Amino acid sequence: MSAPLLEVRGLTKRFGGLTANEDVGFTLREGEIMGLIGPNGAGKTTVFNALAGFFPPTSGTILLDGAPVEGLPPEAIAARGVARTFQIVRIFRSMTVLENVMVGAMLRHRAVPKAAVVARETLDFTGLGRRAHDPAAQLTVAEQKRLELTRALATGPRLLLLDEVMAGLTASEVQEAVELVKRIRDRGIACVVVEHVMEGIMPIADRMVVLENGRKIAEGPPAAISVDPNVIRAYLGEGYLAPGP
Amino acid sequence: MRRGGTALALLGLAAAVAFPLLTTRVTWQNAAILMMMTAQLGVAWNILGGYAGQVSLGHAAFFGAGAYVSTLLSVKLGVSPWLGMGAGAVVAAGLGVLVGTPCFRLKGHYFAMATIAVGEIVQALVNGSDALGGAVGFNLPLGETGFWGFVFNRSKLPYYYIALGLLLATVGVNWIVNRSHVGYYLRAIKDEPDAARSLGVSLTRYKMIAMILSAGLTAMGGTLYAQKELFIDPGSTLSTSLSIKIALVAILGGAGTLWGPVLGAVVLTAIEEATRIAFGGTGRGTDLVVYGALLVVIAVFQPSGIAGLFTRRAPRPPAPPEPEARFP
Repeated sequence: MSAPLLEVRGLTKRFGGLTANEDVGFTLREGEIMGLIGPNGAGKTTVFNALAGFFPPTSGTILLDGAPVEGLPPEAIAARGVARTFQIVRIFRSMTVLENVMVGAMLRHRAVPKAAVVARETLDFTGLGRRAHDPAAQLTVAEQKRLELTRALATGPRLLLLDEVMAGLTASEVQEAVELVKRIRDRGIACVVVEHVMEGIMPIADRMVVLENGRKIAEGPPAAISVDPNVIRAYLGEGYLAPGP
Repeated sequence: MRRGGTALALLGLAAAVAFPLLTTRVTWQNAAILMMMTAQLGVAWNILGGYAGQVSLGHAAFFGAGAYVSTLLSVKLGVSPWLGMGAGAVVAAGLGVLVGTPCFRLKGHYFAMATIAVGEIVQALVNGSDALGGAVGFNLPLGETGFWGFVFNRSKLPYYYIALGLLLATVGVNWIVNRSHVGYYLRAIKDEPDAARSLGVSLTRYKMIAMILSAGLTAMGGTLYAQKELFIDPGSTLSTSLSIKIALVAILGGAGTLWGPVLGAVVLTAIEEATRIAFGGTGRGTDLVVYGALLVVIAVFQPSGIAGLFTRRAPRPPAPPEPEARFP
């Protein structure tokens, strides 16, 4: 097997006296979906921000195709094929839906007409095509999240970092989002998915990494994770551990 | 809508070209020249302050750079002000890079405050420098008149058409920027800088492009001013009130729109001329009162400027109710 797409080793991030991540490590292969879960404050978003270049890690290495990328600025990491969404949506509110996605497409296609074509195709892929010419600010929250995902996808990434794209969606919207992530994976794009919505992440993740208090406490396929005593303790507390067989 | 806009622009252009033929009154021609020069500054400011959202309140430094560089070259070395205009643009662009390198790290109000400081510093330096004429400034010699000498004393018409040409060129640069990927990136940076970065946009690089274009074009306006007035001093070319006026023209008309700053200049110049006529020589400082009052009115009633009144948005059905957010 070739080198993994993404390899994280000993990732540690401290904000002053607060340790947000301590010695986190995992690998991701091409076209794989990894779920990154954990209780609030576990350090999931900090891992994301390190991967995307927003917070340089205090120590540790992040290898993309075997090359170190930790400490590179976000725009350089984007150019290397890593795209992200934000937990709180950050769409360009003065633009139309199409223009938002065009800004993403321009990373690989500087010419405006070509960027428009790529943006349009990407919008059709994610199912937002009919909203292309609407002002982005008029979209519903669910659509705005989808727009962010579309915009990230238009940069032509090999690794997509999705930060709670399913939070706040209705059950049927979660189902649509699940289908969309699967179709993105089928294009050969690897995904790291931070999610609280378990019915959204459990069916699609090849592997789960669980964080608690900044440390990795479990890793494995979703079925194993859901019965892992460490994970249950982290989420529910000591008293809810099922008695042994 | 778009075809209507083009027709309107062509009509405006035709009116502008024909205007001096319709009136021979020098006061009217002068007011029109002033209006176009003001508009040009607002349009130039708009690239940085409007599209990129980096509100500069120190643009007089670039205006002054244009006025001083061309004047010094022409007074001391006899260089044609046309070449001086290019040199002034280069110097102002360099000054812009110098200012932008530290200041683009600042966000929002802090950037604006830093540019005020830059404007004040440049003004203080020129005031204290004998080589740059100090507080007295320069009288430009009435040496070589005609096109190459950039001095016209028989008629205001050449200034009129040069001002019009410079305004059109500046609008043209805006138009090109706006339609290229640079324009999209600048608007993205203004809306959500972090999201722009995540899509591969280097904030420093694109803010710097906006700065270089904006500063260079503003300096060209400075050279035109010097050649038209044939007198420059720090008070007239480097003052903070000039910086505020440049920003106000764009914000009043509609920052981040192609024609907004032109509209803003028309309205502002008209108001200024009216107050000047009304108060005459006793009205020193009334322009500042007018600027202040206008700023308050825009902020409260029309944040998108005059241009915002004309951008019609088709009525849309109300958005479907948003799903209730779940807090895990």
